[in-house]
Amino acid sequence: MHLTVERLHIALDGNPILRDVNLEARTGDIVGLVGPNGSGKSTLLRTVYRSLRPADGVVRVGDDDVWRLSARAAARRTAAVLQDSGGNTTGLTVTEIVALGRAPHHGLLGRDGAEDHRAVEEAIDHCGVRPYAERDYASLSGGERQRVLLARALAQDPRLLVLDELTNHLDIRARFELLELVRATGTTTLAVLHDLDLAARLCDHLVVLHEGVVVAAGTVLEVLTPQVLGEVFGVRASTRRHDDGVIRITYAAQPLAADVPAPRG
Amino acid sequence: MIVAIGVGAVNVPVGDVWHIVVHHVTGSGTAPADPALDQIVWNFRAPRVVLAALAGAGLAVSGAVLQSAVSNPLADPTVLGFSYGATLGAVLAITLGGSVAAAGLGVSTAAFLGAMVAGALVFVLGQRRGRMAPTRLVLAGVAVGYVFLSATSFVQLHASPNELRTVLFWTLGSVAGAQWDQLPTVAVVVIATTVLLTLFGRRLNVLLAGDESATALGVDVNRLRLVLLVLSALLTGTVIAVAGGIGFVGLMIPHLVRLSTGADHRRLLPLTALLGAVYLVLVDLLSRTLDRPNELPLGILTALLGAPFFLWLLRRNKAMD
Repeated sequence: MHLTVERLHIALDGNPILRDVNLEARTGDIVGLVGPNGSGKSTLLRTVYRSLRPADGVVRVGDDDVWRLSARAAARRTAAVLQDSGGNTTGLTVTEIVALGRAPHHGLLGRDGAEDHRAVEEAIDHCGVRPYAERDYASLSGGERQRVLLARALAQDPRLLVLDELTNHLDIRARFELLELVRATGTTTLAVLHDLDLAARLCDHLVVLHEGVVVAAGTVLEVLTPQVLGEVFGVRASTRRHDDGVIRITYAAQPLAADVPAPRG
Repeated sequence: MIVAIGVGAVNVPVGDVWHIVVHHVTGSGTAPADPALDQIVWNFRAPRVVLAALAGAGLAVSGAVLQSAVSNPLADPTVLGFSYGATLGAVLAITLGGSVAAAGLGVSTAAFLGAMVAGALVFVLGQRRGRMAPTRLVLAGVAVGYVFLSATSFVQLHASPNELRTVLFWTLGSVAGAQWDQLPTVAVVVIATTVLLTLFGRRLNVLLAGDESATALGVDVNRLRLVLLVLSALLTGTVIAVAGGIGFVGLMIPHLVRLSTGADHRRLLPLTALLGAVYLVLVDLLSRTLDRPNELPLGILTALLGAPFFLWLLRRNKAMD
């Protein structure tokens, strides 16, 4: 399902966080959202998974404004894997965590049915968490946990995946494996990624946010130009597609762009 | 429960207890031969055992829900300030006696109102711009609790020794004064809120994932938290009003159940209610048998008996490492 963000404005405590942000992810696309710390990436995601109501502008998933859908109806379309520091999952097994993804499909009196069972089992298999499906979630490693959270999101049967730093703190192999799992779902995805190399590898399109404004959008090669890398990220680097088809960024020996000030945050 | 009804200052054989209870509940069978036994069993023992069960269930469920609602394993009706509100209400009613009674307030009603006032204060102070952040709620609860505790201490300074004794006994909790006519209300509140909260079980599970994730899973976190806090304040207020300040049940029982059967609230809440009920019936049984013919307040025994077992279980549990 396609995602459209139009003329989005967000201010928190009077400070503008996002200004006139437009963004589009067509059905099946993986769109990466990149930018320095504090550029407004997570805030933008919050408006998409319906946690923060924009002061102005529209977020559409499919043809509907997400803020005109009920919370549950929106969660049947959009699933998110977030950096959530709160909460306390002690005592829940992996399967129980994945089954949380079925919550938007039930009201107060809803009981688990065959459809829930199927969705949970498929998600567990897709993400390869079967070997530890009955273990306590709290006992897992970082990489295992992220797989479980991705499985939870897939159990929602979403039409749009929202990922906030899915691969943070993971070793390189775990990063590649997770991104492969995301790609294999075929679901439209909006992903915040800190690691530009990973973003270049995973995404069909990139959107660069800088101080709350979209400064570049397009294919990876269109976006990660030396100019953007210098002005937004403050590094001297170039990007090109290598012979194996992978787009890689090469950072210069003198990595900091001296002619532009360091980005805020 | 039948056994618990039988044991006490006067022991009644299980068979006789059964006959008396069946006689009263169904109206069938023969009337008991000994009216004194009938009096002891039906008018004194039975209501207190039923009240102990309801109080244990109510406090334990309230604790379980609060722990999840504010994502804090330490949360219980005391930490959220409800118990201190109830205590102030009760102490005011006990010490002011006549004038409060004149306003139509018994100790129970005053305690219930105290708990509700404390609850309302915590909701109001614990939110900012309509959002109830867990940490702010817990801290607001603790602060409100201290204010009520100070006020209670102040009132106690001016109380007579006799009143102080009543206050102390009330604070530590007892079901000795249970009467049939107060039980229907308590039963309806405890059972109805427990059923309702169990229906919220799936959403409570989602809340364990953290606020942002829960929002993305279609749960209106603020509204859910408000509902949970109101229901558990109601539950706690109702129980404390008739049984006094029984501590530790609300903290310990939910953790015991979580450690043994997991954290899924659809299982956790009914089992917590059951175990809370059984535990407080046992504690009440011990409270009137350990030091015969005197009775020990429940609050002394709940922790004294429960804490060692709880600590043993905590130390065995690997997930806490």
